[in-house]
Amino acid sequence: MKYVDEYRNAGDARRMVEAIESIVAHDWTLMEICGGQTHTIVRSGIDRMLPKRITLVHGPGCPVCVTSVALIDTAIALARRPEVILTSFGDMLRVPGSSTDLLRAKADGGDVRMVYSPLDALALAQKHSDRQVVFFAVGFETTAPANALAVWKARRAGVGNFSVLCAHVLVPPAMEAILSDPGNLVQGFLAAGHVCTVTGYREYEPLAQRHRVPITVTGFEPLDVLQGVYLTVRALEADRWGVENQYRRAVTADGNQAAQRMMAEVFEVCDRDWRGIGEIPASGLRLRGEYAEFDAERRFDIAPPTADYSTECIAGQILQGRKRPDQCPAFRVRCTPERPLGAPMVSSEGACAAYYRWGRPG
Amino acid sequence: MSREPPSFAGASCPLPLRDYPKIQMAHGGGGRLTQSLIDHLFLPAFDHAALWARHDGAVLPLGDCRVAFTTDSYVVRPLFFPGGDIGALAVHGTVNDLAMCGARPLALSAGFIIEEGFAMEELARITNSMARAARGCHVPVVTGDTKVVDRGKGDGVYVNTAGLGVIADGVECQPAGARPGDRIILSGEIAAHGIAVLSVREGIEFDTTVESDSAGLWNLVEPILERHAADVHVLRDPTRGGVASALNEIATAAGVGMVLDEALIPVCEQVRGACELLGLDPLYVANEGKCLAIVTPDAADAIAGLIRQHPLGSRAAIVGEVVADHPGTVCLRSTIGSLRILDLLSGEQLPRIC
Repeated sequence: MKYVDEYRNAGDARRMVEAIESIVAHDWTLMEICGGQTHTIVRSGIDRMLPKRITLVHGPGCPVCVTSVALIDTAIALARRPEVILTSFGDMLRVPGSSTDLLRAKADGGDVRMVYSPLDALALAQKHSDRQVVFFAVGFETTAPANALAVWKARRAGVGNFSVLCAHVLVPPAMEAILSDPGNLVQGFLAAGHVCTVTGYREYEPLAQRHRVPITVTGFEPLDVLQGVYLTVRALEADRWGVENQYRRAVTADGNQAAQRMMAEVFEVCDRDWRGIGEIPASGLRLRGEYAEFDAERRFDIAPPTADYSTECIAGQILQGRKRPDQCPAFRVRCTPERPLGAPMVSSEGACAAYYRWGRPG
Repeated sequence: MSREPPSFAGASCPLPLRDYPKIQMAHGGGGRLTQSLIDHLFLPAFDHAALWARHDGAVLPLGDCRVAFTTDSYVVRPLFFPGGDIGALAVHGTVNDLAMCGARPLALSAGFIIEEGFAMEELARITNSMARAARGCHVPVVTGDTKVVDRGKGDGVYVNTAGLGVIADGVECQPAGARPGDRIILSGEIAAHGIAVLSVREGIEFDTTVESDSAGLWNLVEPILERHAADVHVLRDPTRGGVASALNEIATAAGVGMVLDEALIPVCEQVRGACELLGLDPLYVANEGKCLAIVTPDAADAIAGLIRQHPLGSRAAIVGEVVADHPGTVCLRSTIGSLRILDLLSGEQLPRIC
């Protein structure tokens, strides 16, 4: 398949690994931001092909993993209301809240439906005018424009039975939090290519300058990731920092401006609680005042959710690159995809799920 | 069929049923939860050697010959999808379960559970489609049952079929029969059925020209068994749960390992594109007209050649081999050359966010 096979070519991958081997002279720790990149790395065995001097740690870029337990509990509480159809991306359905998950809420009688697009949720609202359709709006800057568009369209068309439970998060504040942490080990970043297709990469420049780190905007195919590693290591070995763009076939400096305008029209920046990490200032998006009527948290009177959940899960440390999934004592023992203690074990972008699913034959 | 029950001592995460006080969709998804339900409830309750064989159907002695007996229920939504409908599927699925036992289909039953208010015209369409499919497979529908449930207590119509088939002398196809050195043949491009059905499901419709591969496989299997009966160790149709789940079940039943080569697995461009976009792995997506044949290495090329002569098998390929290493585990050599585990799926395969 065009634009896919070229980036999965075994010969090119081997040559890229050799190129990395030829330039690396020191030990380096790199973080790939996006969970999609983590899965490419573990699934295609890139972590095992790289020279030992390079350590890849896995970043916070799994939107499902960082969605707070309180918000998931709110979604489950909404799903249990008889008038509500709770819609979500499939990925969110298995993630545990404090006591259960959306798939179990569905088995208990809740009307939970998987959609591929927030516009499908809006269409569902128009079709079922006697029900309240709530869309669980999860994701980074990648999904925010389409979610904004759904709300914008709902307002324009006067769809009064549609609302969103907003859990949006932003990448740069999370990188800032990781870099500002005194215990930070990360020396270079592979930035999330798909986020940058929307935002561009200008806002990463100040981050790179302030913390003197190389940041390489990187794609998701095996050769993208290998080239991203190459560019980042090359900068580190030359003691250079700044932003480089590996994912040029999709990302420009300014990004998708129509998408940015739609986000700015509907959303405003807010503080956000990240699961396992805590509150990060100015790291989320919520609906602007003009769109408040589409905010599910305002529309429904939801009892304050309890936030008592597993303390054994070290997802916070994993999402910040301080620990690998296989360093967690519960991994594969008390925490499995069937009985997850935390979100990274069940999300398709979660690092623990990647290690569990794509691990090497023992 | 007097095999000892396989040992589950080494199986990971046995999932006691008490973890799930209520049935979830994934209990019917063909992955780990389905296995758990079978292992912890149905197998112990119905304890019989034919069940422990974990085949697509039961193989039973009858006088001097052996018969295969199987049943399957069809609840697909929507009832009509690109390339097929619930009626044709109900015939093909059961014919294929018999064929995978190496059995010539003799007769089918058809049970209908119909919801009050269901359109007669649709029931006629489904029935006629079943009849057409049965004629195409040269198998009669000889008995049946009709039930109607209150409006709201069903979902239009559910269809159950059972099938009876006869196994020729010398044919020994069973999951436990896979042996190290055997080659794994896949009869064609995978994942079309799952993608076709997904593309028309409410809430997630997308434009595609992908059609279900729903088809009866006995005509494809018969010439292989006629010429190479002793070389065919396992036949399996990778339905729900896809190729990955079917091979995992075989690897567990036979106590062998397997290595697949990702680059050799036939997937058509449209299906690959849809899977890439939706974040689905085609190896876990359902098929309804494909067959996995695990055969001796010496006969593999000849058998693959025979399959390619059949219109349903023109894209058949040898995609991997059975190994003695890592028993119970299926591995995949990725396109960039590294080896990883191809595990059973934990729940239903869910599309990713971005």
